[in-house]
Amino acid sequence: MQLSNLRVFKQKLNKRQRTLLVSILFSLILCSVVLTGFLLNEDRIATNLEVRNASPSLDHLFGTDWLGRDMFSRTIMGLSLSIGVGLIGAIGSACISIILGVVAATMGKVADSIVTWLIDLFLSVPHLVSLILIAFTFGGGFKGIVLGIALTHWPSLARVIRSEVMQVRSLEFVQVSKKMGKSRWWIAKEHIMPHIIPQILVGILLMFPHAILHEAAVTFLGLGLSPHEPAIGIILSESMRYLSVGMWWLAFFPGICLLIIVRMFDKVGDHLRMLIDPHNAHR
Amino acid sequence: MSILKVDNLSVSFKQYTSGLRQTTQKVISNLSIELVSGEILAIVGASGSGKSLLAHAILGILPVNATTSGDISFDGEVLTPKRQEQLRGKEIALVPQSVNYLDPLMRVGAQVRTSVRKENPKEAQKKVFKRYHLNQEVEKMYPFQLSGGMARRVLVSTAMVSGARVIIADEPTPGLDSVVIEEALNNLREFADQGCAVMLISHDIESALKIADKVAVFYEGTVLEIAEADKFEGNGDRLQHPYSKALWRALPQNDFRTNID
Amino acid sequence: MSWQFTWNLATYLFWKSIKIASLLVSISFISFLLVKNSPIDPIQAYVGADMLHVSAEQREKIEEYWGLNEPVIQQFFSWGSAVLSGDLGTSMIYRLPVSEVIGERFYNSLALMITAWLLSGIIGFSMGVIAAMKRDTWMDRVIKGFCYTLASTPTFWMGLLLLIVFAVWLNWFPIGMGVPSGVLAEDVTMMDRIKHLILPALTLSIIGVANVALHTRQKLIEVLSSDYIVFARARGEKGFTLFWRHGLRNIVLPAITLQFAAFSELFGGAVLAEQVFSYPGLGQATVEAGLRGDVPLLLGLVLFSTIFVFVGNLIADLIYRVVDPRTREGQSYAAK
Repeated sequence: MQLSNLRVFKQKLNKRQRTLLVSILFSLILCSVVLTGFLLNEDRIATNLEVRNASPSLDHLFGTDWLGRDMFSRTIMGLSLSIGVGLIGAIGSACISIILGVVAATMGKVADSIVTWLIDLFLSVPHLVSLILIAFTFGGGFKGIVLGIALTHWPSLARVIRSEVMQVRSLEFVQVSKKMGKSRWWIAKEHIMPHIIPQILVGILLMFPHAILHEAAVTFLGLGLSPHEPAIGIILSESMRYLSVGMWWLAFFPGICLLIIVRMFDKVGDHLRMLIDPHNAHR
Repeated sequence: MSILKVDNLSVSFKQYTSGLRQTTQKVISNLSIELVSGEILAIVGASGSGKSLLAHAILGILPVNATTSGDISFDGEVLTPKRQEQLRGKEIALVPQSVNYLDPLMRVGAQVRTSVRKENPKEAQKKVFKRYHLNQEVEKMYPFQLSGGMARRVLVSTAMVSGARVIIADEPTPGLDSVVIEEALNNLREFADQGCAVMLISHDIESALKIADKVAVFYEGTVLEIAEADKFEGNGDRLQHPYSKALWRALPQNDFRTNID
Repeated sequence: MSWQFTWNLATYLFWKSIKIASLLVSISFISFLLVKNSPIDPIQAYVGADMLHVSAEQREKIEEYWGLNEPVIQQFFSWGSAVLSGDLGTSMIYRLPVSEVIGERFYNSLALMITAWLLSGIIGFSMGVIAAMKRDTWMDRVIKGFCYTLASTPTFWMGLLLLIVFAVWLNWFPIGMGVPSGVLAEDVTMMDRIKHLILPALTLSIIGVANVALHTRQKLIEVLSSDYIVFARARGEKGFTLFWRHGLRNIVLPAITLQFAAFSELFGGAVLAEQVFSYPGLGQATVEAGLRGDVPLLLGLVLFSTIFVFVGNLIADLIYRVVDPRTREGQSYAAK
């Protein structure tokens, strides 16, 4: 009965309304994972040698590790840490892209060619290699990984912002405002911001999944967060030693949870892009 | 003799307007026309009023988010999507607007050859290129290398070699100089004189009148009036609908009189 | 091909070579500054556990020998001029010239990357085509869902999964190493190499599929809704013929270009896959160099990977210039 009610409810909504609903739902799940991770008591992952190496059961949904720590709690904590680090890095990166993008679009030809050159420069080294280089420079750890993410993820968003701002600036109504003697600040506030802010927000959202994945990858390689931290990359790299004895759950559950989280971020970003993009009106 | 009949046709599209609301937009409503062998029917109306969609509806190549109602019949037989598929390019041929309708990465000779249905493709293509005064080299060219006039002739060639009995020409004249327009129109007249039924879709009533037998005045997704071409004369008093009169009087040689009296 | 075309190509290549030269110089400079600022002590990295036995005097001697006590700019110029003469320095962890390490590792990685590049290209392209041709059916939805999921999948975790299934459970493949350990290099057979190659290559291919497939799908959908497809359908073409005649030729070039332009992701993926399977390629060397502070090797690898990515982009660009008739042949009607 309830199920059919739900279905009727679903049918009543059109695609856009459903999209919005799914985005809100996913955002709630993401927030709750992060919060739970931070609020979880350290006791939850205390060593308990009596139950070590246990495969998944009702008591320990994701099993336990070689020290008897509950993998479910470790996973949640790892996820929230990885999301946190990814978010901080991505926000830093977004700031760089906004500044450089706007500078390139508004400060004349020289500034533009310098920024374009910088973008080319950063895109010419494989992402992961520059991440490793930067993490190495700052001696790894939290600082290394956050700086690494912030310094490597900005080029594509900067490019988008640059071209968006340029495009809006060349639009007729902006040109007219300029001729009417409106100040630069007024034009930026009234015409340019409303156009590019949604784009920037979506750009940042779509940067999160990359940042989270890269954080996990670099930490997995041993160049990111330190082994004492309950990060997802650490959990997975530690699990490698126990895979050959068949403890598959050590790698399987944390990884698939990471995948789901990343996918949710991706989906929320994609959905919002669809909602703000007029080209999708007919879909 | 009527060969293609469109009866009470409506076409609508689904789309999202503001924010979260979904609406259905009707582009063609309750439209009826009839094509007769040996005659040219011109469909005239403002640009962007959905005339091309009429052509696409007849051929059954509308986008997926379109819905249609009403009947289209060919040779007295009502067309199903399946039947439309069989007839496209064989009995009903389209002469499209511009060179964009040719595959940009395929040599034009090859594209004309794929349209041949009854004869030997190579020979038919050579013959038709000769007939339309297209050089040997044109065969090996890509669409982007064609001039406006050459592109027109290549597009007409595709319809010519198909041997279709119904020809639908969609805006064959925009952006061309007067000599090429003349030529394009004459080519369509030849089709009709060979016994084909021709439907000419155009916003240019003046050039359409030069060759058309009948003119259907298209407005807001439907046909207001179908009149013989010779009724478009003088003050337009022999036309019935005020919009047709206005359309006729707005022409340069009729002093641009746009007011309806 | 006309004289004009050859001339254009020559000027294009000239500018491209200037570009790569300037890129390499800037990247060397920035990377050099970066690694010099690292808190990781290069001498400790070199000496390793024996550090306790190194006296202050010895330390000074080593510093002097490597020029570590000179200003950074000076160090950069002496390193830079050595690089220009072909000497990338000596790797601290392998105790071999960096160029030799990279050369040997690249050979291993190349086998891995070519396999993955081809497999992901072919499979991804076919998946994209199927999805676009069957747009909005269950098949399209499955392929799309699969690709989006892959795009969110951590490469190393995919490697771990394959390792669990094929190496641990099914026991089909060895768990790691490019060649069996304890066997002399000349005794390693082709079969051994291939066996150790399959899982990392598979990991890379699976991950690489998503990008090509989604891109091809999008492109083909665009092509299918283009005017020339409308006209081709109006001429009675449909189904496979339609795809073969007009679809394929318009999407193959973009797909190949995309694959070449994705060398950067390929390299990144190889780093992770090689680490999971302890495959002795460039990626693993990069991680080792970063972990153990092997500065000359790390710098060499940064430069090498830059060239690698650049070559991919260059090939992608060249393909368009040479193959696409719109750039290859001029507007010939104007001349006639």
